[in-house]
Amino acid sequence: MARMKLVLVGNGMAGVRALEELLKAAPDLYDITVFGDEPHPNYNRIMLSPVLAGEQAVEQIILNDRDWYASHGIVLYTGKRVVRIDRRERYVEADDGTRAGYDRLLLATGSRPFMLPVAGADLDGVVGFRDIADVERMIDAASRYRHAVVIGGGLLGLEAANGLKARGMDVSVVHIADWLLERQLDEPAARLLQRNLEARGLKFLLGRRTAELLPGTAEPGAGGNARVGAIRFKDGEEIPADLVVMAVGIRPNTALAESAGLRCERGIVVNDTMQTFDPRIYAIGECVSHRGVAYGLVAPLFEQARVCANHLAEHGVGRYQGSMVSTKLKVTGIDLFSAGDFMGGEGREEIVFQDPGRGAYKKLVLKDNRLAGACLYGDTLDGAWYFELMRDGTDVSDFRDRLLFGRHHIGDSGNCGGASGEEKTRLLSMPDSAEICGCNGVCKGDIIQAIRDKKLFTLDEVRAHTKASASCGSCTGLVETLLAATVGGDHSTAPSRKPLCACTDHTHDEIRAAIAGQGLKTMAETMAALDWKTPDGCGKCRPALNYYLLCAWPTEYVDDAQSRFINERAHGNIQKDGTFSVVPRMWGGLTNPKELRAIADVAEKFRVPEVKITGGQRIDLFGIRKEDLPAVWKDLSDAGFVSGHAYGKALRTVKTCVGSQWCRFGTQDSTGLGVRLERMTWGSWMPHKFKLAVSGCPRNCAEATIKDFGVVCVDSGYELHVGGNGGIKVRVTDLLCRVATEAEVLEHCAAFTQLYREEAHYLERTAPWLERVGLHHIRARVVDDADSRAALAERFRVSQIPAQADPWKARTEGALKREFTPLANLA
Amino acid sequence: MNDHWIPVGRLDDIPRQGARVVTTPAGDIALFRTLDDQVFALRDRCPHKGGPLSQGIVHGRRVACPLHDWKIELDSGLAVAPDQGCAARYPTRVEDGRVSLSLTPDTGCPNA
Ligand code: SRM
Ligand SMILES: Cc1cc2nc3c(=O)[nH]c(=O)nc-3n(C[C@H](O)[C@H](O)[C@H](O)COP(=O)(O)OP(=O)(O)OC[C@H]3O[C@@H](n4cnc5c(N)ncnc54)[C@H](O)[C@@H]3O)c2cc1C
Ligand code: SF4
Ligand code: FES
Repeated sequence: MARMKLVLVGNGMAGVRALEELLKAAPDLYDITVFGDEPHPNYNRIMLSPVLAGEQAVEQIILNDRDWYASHGIVLYTGKRVVRIDRRERYVEADDGTRAGYDRLLLATGSRPFMLPVAGADLDGVVGFRDIADVERMIDAASRYRHAVVIGGGLLGLEAANGLKARGMDVSVVHIADWLLERQLDEPAARLLQRNLEARGLKFLLGRRTAELLPGTAEPGAGGNARVGAIRFKDGEEIPADLVVMAVGIRPNTALAESAGLRCERGIVVNDTMQTFDPRIYAIGECVSHRGVAYGLVAPLFEQARVCANHLAEHGVGRYQGSMVSTKLKVTGIDLFSAGDFMGGEGREEIVFQDPGRGAYKKLVLKDNRLAGACLYGDTLDGAWYFELMRDGTDVSDFRDRLLFGRHHIGDSGNCGGASGEEKTRLLSMPDSAEICGCNGVCKGDIIQAIRDKKLFTLDEVRAHTKASASCGSCTGLVETLLAATVGGDHSTAPSRKPLCACTDHTHDEIRAAIAGQGLKTMAETMAALDWKTPDGCGKCRPALNYYLLCAWPTEYVDDAQSRFINERAHGNIQKDGTFSVVPRMWGGLTNPKELRAIADVAEKFRVPEVKITGGQRIDLFGIRKEDLPAVWKDLSDAGFVSGHAYGKALRTVKTCVGSQWCRFGTQDSTGLGVRLERMTWGSWMPHKFKLAVSGCPRNCAEATIKDFGVVCVDSGYELHVGGNGGIKVRVTDLLCRVATEAEVLEHCAAFTQLYREEAHYLERTAPWLERVGLHHIRARVVDDADSRAALAERFRVSQIPAQADPWKARTEGALKREFTPLANLA
Repeated sequence: MNDHWIPVGRLDDIPRQGARVVTTPAGDIALFRTLDDQVFALRDRCPHKGGPLSQGIVHGRRVACPLHDWKIELDSGLAVAPDQGCAARYPTRVEDGRVSLSLTPDTGCPNA
């Protein structure tokens, strides 16, 4: 079959990103031609600021060199501007007459700087700040002249001013508004920024209007055009200016599209599949207007690129639904973050922290107990977290009082949530040999080098290439900080929607809703109904779908062993040498001589290399060969043991203390209650592992306040605690409620467990789930509404009937026998 | 041409999207069966740290190693980029629902 022809006009960040995504999804579908009017291959426009400041060289910011185009068979025309689209004959034509026919056309022409229409704007030395040529002109001016004036105190203007100052020029910034970055900062934050920049030698003329640019005495440039020499304001004042940088805004490049009769408003109008009014013609990037919005930052443009590539690849499923954006300023040594509606006003509440002495300012704007905007200056490490809260629409009422102090203060400790201000400084000053990722032994230098050499943009890419933060994830914050410090900008910002995995464009919640709402009962049905992009998913989505289906249809769904991770398929934990561990259940940590004897017998009979007491109050037998598992289980099963599910996203252990039976402080029968809780919950499959504990008094020997569901017995009854986590990120539980009887404990536990099972994302433990949905929500469903609680508990009871069949016993009776035996023995 | 086909079992003995192991004097070989009933054989040692590939999740033409989640291409034995390495591949044949295997690897992997 002849390949289709795809033409890309605009060899910039959005367009080439779309090609990269397309080549991944459908490498052979198209013959691709690219036109770019700049003489360069695709480069990282964001990094022009550091290039101007002398922190990076042009070669370092090339994203796709010419070899890349060649190796993918892409015809690249640089230095050629497309001037005409013939939609009837379906070809484009460049200014030098070069033509290329298309079946699909992608417009990604970006935008250009808006030049103030004042007298003198056409003088030599008046430039925009958009491309490599502009930067070269500025660098050249800096080497020959003294006075630079930047018109525009926005992000771009300040980055230009900072760069020119770094190159030794005397720089003034003229700004029409009363404070800098008025679209990113409120006035107090902007004043701190201004003070900091003034200390670096920049001058500011605020609330000033430019009237005219005046020629100077310098000899005319090559074109015989006079060079600028001064700027005059509306109030008549004049200051010298040998270089004027206009950074007052951008205008989408729509002329080409308009001339072809495509509908344009502020940009080229596109729908959610990034198609223009001519369905063969797609458009993405700064040149488009989507639902009335034109974006000027790469994160949303990359999202558009992904959706567009998806449609070009004829997978036809993605939709772009708009993005929420956040901004940072790339001036070394200045930390500034803003997102959403940070100005506040009617119907909003503001929480503000101000420490002018330290140069720190934080303002959070809340609406209906959800974060609507954030403006941070000085310490921006929580920016990503605030952004996430905004994106997820998290109800923050439960931790409102601590919100301003950042993620650390809501129990998210360690280096997990992003390094604190001091930690960040420490991180950046660490030697390259410092280990960042403890799981995979990845050093700081390796990470930085990979980001530079492989042009990595996102956390996921860094994970794939270096493995840093790819295991336990606790160094994610450090890696993000390194990413931000190395590539600058905010292009690592999380996308505004997170699909489950690369096989689908749907989120966890959408998938769960579809399974329940459309009555999808098998994995194949679900993948078909939700337009899966792969024939049988991957190691990430299949286990999730298997769980979601099992949870939705507990009595009908037939578990798919091949979609389970090996530990759950083989009912043991795989070890580094391929052997397995066996942990029998010991109800509430109780045991007796008969059980201990049975374990001892098994350990001897199978020459178990190591026997250990676990942190979960039971015994682990290590180093068992897979073939021996059924025989080991048989002996244990005969002695009355069932599986401890130490391997599963399932109910793990119920830790208990001695309690009122023996302990001089015990208030209730904590051991007995623990056993009853374990009898009720064992065997249950969960989104992630789930642990319980019962302590007999507030001394809390069973550590109930770091469990998913913890009970602390008190004289008057029971305190129920939820959402705790030991492990990677320690999180102390929140108090759910107090109850008087054991029966109530059991009902609340069943209801809470079921709510978690029904609502959490796969591989999300109760702690992050609770932080995402809010304790309020959980209380409303489990505590305040007795009917809801009863219904949840009943659904849990029903799903436990099939779940409480011991998998070990089933295997010793022959189920899935072939899992444990070789196909053939040729040895 | 390959004259040394050894019958190892029936296609139905290998679970779809799963694997079985054939033990040999030179070590284990994993036989994978994909969703569309293709059979592939690789040395049962992950190029990363020797994980048993037979225990991984099979999806498309790949298997995800159970130890650290490297993805290995079943039809070449190569690790999916950016990871690098390969597991030796052995020829397989399915006739009348019977699977046979050749013990001569047809890729030159260092860990064969
Ligand atoms: C055996 C045991 C260590 C021991 O010798 O004591 C253990 C062993 C493992 N833990 Fe654990 N954890 C054990 C108690 C704990 C505890 C303590 C507890 O439960 O009171 C914690 C902290 C409490 C908590 O979970 O909140 C704990 C936090 C983790 C974590 C981090 C979880 C987190 O949410 O941050 C992981 C990693 C994971 O689950 O992704 C983990 C993962 C593992 C794995 C499964 C790693 C793996 O994937 O292979 C280890 C399996 C070894 C094996 O083959 O058995 N283990 N692990 C303990 C088994 C208890 C049991 O009887 O089932
Ligand atoms: C100095 C600077 C700093 C920035 N910093 C950040 C930041 O920190 N974070 C962030 O998110 N964003 C930042 N941006 C914005 C970001 O660079 C843009 O949003 C992004 O590059 C837009 O991508 P695009 O593909 O739409 O347009 P572009 O990258 O501009 O690509 C469009 C290309 O098409 C070419 N072209 C136009 N018309 C034609 C035609 N008719 N024929 C052929 N070629 C044509 C243009 O010359 C250009 O090369 C910054 C921008 C600048 C200039
Ligand atoms: S919970 Fe209280 S009573 Fe029970 S063992 Fe601990 S300290 Fe003693
Ligand atoms: S051993 Fe296979 S991924 Fe590590």
